Amino acid sequence: MAPKRTFAPIAESPKIRIGLVLLSLIYILFFLVLPVVVVFTEAFSRGFAHYLEAVTEPDAQAAIKLTLLVAAIAVPANVVFGVAASWAIAKFDFVGKSFLITLIDLPFSVSPVISGLIYVLMFGGQGLIGPWLDEHDIQIVYAVPGIVLATVFVTFPFVARELIPLMQEQGAEEEEAARSLGASGWQTFWRVTLPNIKWGLLYGVLLCNARAMGEFGAVSVVSGHIRGFTNTMPLHVEILYNEYNLPAAFAVASLLAFLALVTLVAKGILELRYGHELAPVHH
Amino acid sequence: MTVVAARTPFWRKPSVLPGFGLSMGLTLLYLGFIVLIPLAAMILRAAGLSWDEFVGVVTDPRALAAYRLSFGASFVAAVVNIVFGVLTAWVLVRYEFPGKRFVEGLVDLPFALPTAVAGIALTALFAENGWVGQILAKAGLKVAFTPLGVVIALVFIGLPFVVRTVQPVLQDLDKEVEEAAASLGASRLQTFRHIILPAILPAALTGFALAFARALGEYGSVIFIAGNLPMKSEIVPLLIIIKLEQFDYAGAAAIGVAMLTAAFVLLFMINLLQRWSRSRIGAF
Repeated sequence: MAPKRTFAPIAESPKIRIGLVLLSLIYILFFLVLPVVVVFTEAFSRGFAHYLEAVTEPDAQAAIKLTLLVAAIAVPANVVFGVAASWAIAKFDFVGKSFLITLIDLPFSVSPVISGLIYVLMFGGQGLIGPWLDEHDIQIVYAVPGIVLATVFVTFPFVARELIPLMQEQGAEEEEAARSLGASGWQTFWRVTLPNIKWGLLYGVLLCNARAMGEFGAVSVVSGHIRGFTNTMPLHVEILYNEYNLPAAFAVASLLAFLALVTLVAKGILELRYGHELAPVHH
Repeated sequence: MTVVAARTPFWRKPSVLPGFGLSMGLTLLYLGFIVLIPLAAMILRAAGLSWDEFVGVVTDPRALAAYRLSFGASFVAAVVNIVFGVLTAWVLVRYEFPGKRFVEGLVDLPFALPTAVAGIALTALFAENGWVGQILAKAGLKVAFTPLGVVIALVFIGLPFVVRTVQPVLQDLDKEVEEAAASLGASRLQTFRHIILPAILPAALTGFALAFARALGEYGSVIFIAGNLPMKSEIVPLLIIIKLEQFDYAGAAAIGVAMLTAAFVLLFMINLLQRWSRSRIGAF
């Protein structure tokens, strides 16, 4: 009688498959789904009227306005920088390029608290140029300019690190063709480069904006927590939470959580529909 | 071309495209003012201390306790994330199941959700009267306001890293190698250990290091759930803030420099890991 032949499996048995999927879903459920659900549940725990009051009272409104203002400065600043840096890095060959890219990525490896600390040590009362600023009555730290600077620092690499690999992949041939056909430098940029990078740029802006509006650690160090004046939304959440006003804290937090969800959906759509026009890491 | 070449400095290749001076100048100016000069200011501030003073600040018992917690909790959280991150990447690449798209998108939540929001949400969940905290309390496990709470927050914040580094490697992995292993009589577990694991290991370690580095500096999601007791549940970034609030600028700068050094060492290791990772992908 011939021995019974058994084949080694090239895929897992259905039982193991289901087990692995469930295990992974439990991890996702506890660490990602429940935290979002709890934010919205707590926010509406005292009814819609309380929710509305918490997000429309003057201090909350001031915090929302400041957050929008800070993002409206930080994001465009980093877009201009990101486009300039990626133009220089992707379209030209020069010595020290990879070192420059490392420096641009640097803010991602610095703790948010240190990102705030460095500006206090620069511009604070005892800071490097603090006394000079005091003499001239210029307030940077514990005021809006400090919050903007700290936000610019933590969101510094987002646009650049999206555009650099994208533009490196695209190369410089199309721009060189445009130039040889007589286009000026700016015409080349607006009509050739920008249409090629628009989805990647949008992707970078999306991530940059989410971080700019949500940054907590760095902004916390430089803000001085002056209610109604230097409080951004995340800082307002902290103050309400420390006052044990949980429903109000979660109400303001729910706006930020909503922004995060919108960002994720928009990011997902971009990856799905325009994935081939994003940086190579996304395709 | 010759005209262009003649005017191009030795340290860059000639190009017909304009705007190098403008874009490079802007980049260096911005980089210098926003990043490099302020970072140098911190190092300068710490350098104002004598060497003995510096060592005294960065090795005092409260600071040492904070390093132990920050490094320890970051390490444990990164270990949890490497195990569940590889599992999640595997499940997302290899299996079909309802809600897969949703999970795929949600993995990046910790990148998008403001840390303060994550902090209060995790605290509400894991507090003794919270949804998860209640269950754990029955098992005698107290999470919120203990070092375990710090680990929970750091698991959250580091969750996407391993998934996102391992996923593309698994996608590119050639199934034929696995089929060959199976046809030679390897069990599925053997194939995983000897074929799949070595292929994804560099990427998984890169994700581990990225999650660890991120966790080390994390502040917002941790302080709400940590309890913040000196010597017990106080993380290093919080210690910096406490020194600042006591107007001990030099002390804050010294600890900041110590952390920055740790971050640079990690960054260097991550670069090496990524290089190793790329050379591995090339081999397949």
